[in-house]
Amino acid sequence: MTQAFRIENSGLINRDKKLSFKFNGKTYFGYEGDTLASALLANGVHLVGRSFKYHRPRGFFGAGVDEPYAVVQLYRNGETEPNIKATEQELFEGLEAKSVNCWPSVNFDIGAINNFLKIFLPAGFYYKTFMWPKSFWYRIYEPFIRKAAGLGVASTKHDKERYEHKYEYCDLLIAGSGPSGLAGAYAAAKNGAKVILAEDKPRFGGSLLTSDVNIGNQSGKDWAEGIVAELKTMPNVVVKNRSQIFGYYDHNMLVMSEKVSDHLPVTKKYHPNKRLWYIRAKEVLISSGSIERPIVFGNNDTPGVMLSSAAKEYLKVYGVLVGRKPLVFTNNDSGYETAIEFKKHGVDPVLLDSRKNPESEIIDEAKNLGINIKNSYVVVAAQGYKKVKSADIASISEDKKQLGKIENIQCDCICVSGFWTPTIHLASQSGNKTKFKEEIDAFVPGQSKQNEITLGAASGEFSLEETLKTSFTAGSELSKKITENDNKIAIPNVVEKKSSQHDKFWCVPLPKGKNYKRFLDFQNDVAVSDVEIALREGYRSIEHVKRYTTLGMATDQGKTSNLNGLQLVSEIENKVVPAVGHTTFRPPYTPVSIGAIVGREVGKHSKPTRNSPMHSWHEKNNAVFVDAGVWLRPRYYKRGNENLFEGSKREAKNVRTNVGVCDVTTLGKIDIKGPDAAELLNRVYTNAWLKLPVGKARYGVMLREDGIVMDDGTTTRISENHYHMTTTTAQAANVLSHLEYYLQLVWPELNVNVVSTTEQWAGAAIAGPKSRDLLQKLFPNSDVSNEGLPFMGYMEGDLFGTKARIFRISFSGELAYEVNVESNFGNFMWEKIMEVGEEFNIQPYGTEALSTLRIEMGHVAGSELDGRTIPFDNALEGLVSKKKDFIGKRSLQRSAFIAEDRQRIVGVVPLDKQTSIPEGSHLVKDDKAPLPNPKLGHISASCWSVEYDNPFSLAILKDGKNMIGQKLFAMSPLKNKVIPVEIVSSHYVDPKGERVRS
Amino acid sequence: MLYINCPHCGMRSQNEFSYGGDASVKRPELNKEVSDQEWDNFVYNRKSLRGKHLELWQHISGCRQWIKVERDTATHEIFRTFKADEEVA
Repeated sequence: MTQAFRIENSGLINRDKKLSFKFNGKTYFGYEGDTLASALLANGVHLVGRSFKYHRPRGFFGAGVDEPYAVVQLYRNGETEPNIKATEQELFEGLEAKSVNCWPSVNFDIGAINNFLKIFLPAGFYYKTFMWPKSFWYRIYEPFIRKAAGLGVASTKHDKERYEHKYEYCDLLIAGSGPSGLAGAYAAAKNGAKVILAEDKPRFGGSLLTSDVNIGNQSGKDWAEGIVAELKTMPNVVVKNRSQIFGYYDHNMLVMSEKVSDHLPVTKKYHPNKRLWYIRAKEVLISSGSIERPIVFGNNDTPGVMLSSAAKEYLKVYGVLVGRKPLVFTNNDSGYETAIEFKKHGVDPVLLDSRKNPESEIIDEAKNLGINIKNSYVVVAAQGYKKVKSADIASISEDKKQLGKIENIQCDCICVSGFWTPTIHLASQSGNKTKFKEEIDAFVPGQSKQNEITLGAASGEFSLEETLKTSFTAGSELSKKITENDNKIAIPNVVEKKSSQHDKFWCVPLPKGKNYKRFLDFQNDVAVSDVEIALREGYRSIEHVKRYTTLGMATDQGKTSNLNGLQLVSEIENKVVPAVGHTTFRPPYTPVSIGAIVGREVGKHSKPTRNSPMHSWHEKNNAVFVDAGVWLRPRYYKRGNENLFEGSKREAKNVRTNVGVCDVTTLGKIDIKGPDAAELLNRVYTNAWLKLPVGKARYGVMLREDGIVMDDGTTTRISENHYHMTTTTAQAANVLSHLEYYLQLVWPELNVNVVSTTEQWAGAAIAGPKSRDLLQKLFPNSDVSNEGLPFMGYMEGDLFGTKARIFRISFSGELAYEVNVESNFGNFMWEKIMEVGEEFNIQPYGTEALSTLRIEMGHVAGSELDGRTIPFDNALEGLVSKKKDFIGKRSLQRSAFIAEDRQRIVGVVPLDKQTSIPEGSHLVKDDKAPLPNPKLGHISASCWSVEYDNPFSLAILKDGKNMIGQKLFAMSPLKNKVIPVEIVSSHYVDPKGERVRS
Repeated sequence: MLYINCPHCGMRSQNEFSYGGDASVKRPELNKEVSDQEWDNFVYNRKSLRGKHLELWQHISGCRQWIKVERDTATHEIFRTFKADEEVA
């Protein structure tokens, strides 16, 4: 197919490079430098989609970020992405795109029946209709609405593309490379400031690419090119195209999405698809320009109706005619500029101006070119279904209330201009209180809140000369403050045609007897009548009107619809627009890929992984790993076809009969030094610490100030003023912060230093009746007898030439030791233990066996210390000192904490000695009681007791102290289980604790 | 994201810090008789101020020092920051 609407002598595209692409399965051609939109228009394709609610045909309305219609599903390199604006997507060889929101095809769309039912789909239709009956909601209504709604489908595949995050700091960040941004950037750069200039389009220059102006005796476009070329050579300047600053956050932090690869058929090797920049700027210059707004008239959503600035852009940037018989409908001089461009390229437009007798240089030029101009004329309605075929036009009275006789004129596009809306999103996001500027009928930034300044069209200043003057000045003043350089720059001469005042006219009245749909929001199908309904039904706040009608809620965020919506509300409410106010602008300004937001933090990079120094040994020996916080720990070491249950049972059994070794490197370790170290421990732990001798360890429990157990662990006195604290794996970081809090803020008089040594020491727990024999062989020169190293004793030893710390502590309840060496020697230690332990039938054991061993011993862990229990609940009240004060002690006097029937840890055994009790099951008295069945407690941890070869669980049970021997039921609705159980002591194995002391 | 002036390290982004609550709360002294009300006020009762607020932050990914930050809870403006042992005038 030929590009029938491409013209020869215009455009910035590269005609030497022809590209093929597919749209809805059909192959077309375009050029390098095209967008998907311009390439389709060059091929005369105007029908690109269906509207959201009524499935009306949709074409192109804009030429960039403001596009409400042309949202497509993109296919690139085997991936698919929804919600892509055809006006922003650059063309590449092999691009494929499809229409969305239509079925079976864009040409014949069944949903279009909604268009004929539209009387049934007014504002609030969904809210009103689908409320009743309630049970219909998620069976019938929701699936139906979900199928009918939506703009494209998300890919369900893993995204192969890579996304990056980057943090950057600069003196001056400039959002937008139009005349204002370029002038500001240039002046600041010349003063030596560190500048970042961001442009969301591929080409720099903004309005200078399409306007007919001269700066410093060159065309605006050439001047822009020169400035950008010079900026690119400066080491203090970063110039970025395809980069959208989409959010302005606290303390001058802005976020920018850089499309690195979207314009290429395949992402280059080592390149990301997108890069998200977090930029902390000292000053921000917002030069985001303005967006043309439409005038509302009948059927103004017909394909072929578009913004006049877009028609001009397609012509001047892409060399594409959006029509051969254009009708321009304007209330200001911008429409004339578009008409002039048409005329210059051999096309005769008809121009309707709502104004009676405007005069300006631009209008004079149009008249001199012989353009057919009709003053006090408006478009009443577009005619045509899938494309504009003609327009009903009429003269309009001066008060804009009365239409003259309706005439029909042939046209194939309607280019509409209702003046310009400054893009104030970034300023508003920064906290700037915007104000309404009467002369331009739009909001502009007001008092700056952060270090931001808005210039040029974004501030409502449409004169190029004034914009350049203020922007050069601002760029040099802002940078002067930072760099203290003051390089004066001569502001270039500007030649631009003066324009006349626009007409405060935004909506064409309905002719008598006609009921045309007049759309405000093109993406969400919100018509004038919908807003009228909302107001009639009592909605007053603009925020409520927005949500009820969905005006401005689509992915284009109402860039073209907001102001006309406000005009309508103010007119009906008989208020001025500023009294109505505008809805809040929230980031992002345009949709941002989830991939870009997530960045590199996907898959195994979603969190750091911590491995112990023995990790590779575990891997080599068939360890099955489990996440413990960010650590990877062996859960069990698989032998043959063993499953978790069999493997962990074997490992636990071997600890009880022979000896096992467990990697306990992950335990938190804190080195505590200083003359007041004992005093700190005494205040932090619930038990007494002042009399712990050197070379001894002690178990301790620490509370939060509210009396809840925070953590437990052993702390060992290494020397007079030196302690080694261990914490649970999960709480290591919190405990360190906790200690630092009290040392720095509450008791700064304590002379103590704390530092994490978790990663400095590798730890191995050696447990089982044969552990002493093994230890003696590992440390032949040390006396590790029961007298030489008693329970809770500590000594240093020499492990084949490596310095080791030996603690006689036990979590398994067996005779056990913990050996620590410096991390670098962790693997050496482990291999030695395995080697020497062979004659004692040593086996490594994982966390599952570790759990089994501690559960049947009744030792508490994270599942009991769950942030809801006090020492008593865990049978740890014996460790609570009555004599001294400590953190959280006062809270233990709370009435609930001293209640007679306070919850307490118990053991639970199923009556059949067969059925494992699911963790989380509730304990109840009567399994047949009506719901909600009163809960007496819950199962906190379950195991298969290797000692008794039957299931055993721990539970936190109300009045647990007096419940031993009672028969209850463990109920798990989740697992659909009801298990009769008996309550026993939590110390199921070796209740007197003889083994650890043996 | 806030930009916090750590008195030890300089200007750092919020993601290096961890929030620690109201800095004006004083822990009752150890071994002192404390009424239920007094203890409740220390453990639980906080004002949710709108406006200037003195709060604690810990520079956990930096110097690990607890610092005091005077911040407006509505505008997020940070006026001053102090070291843990600095008196706030």
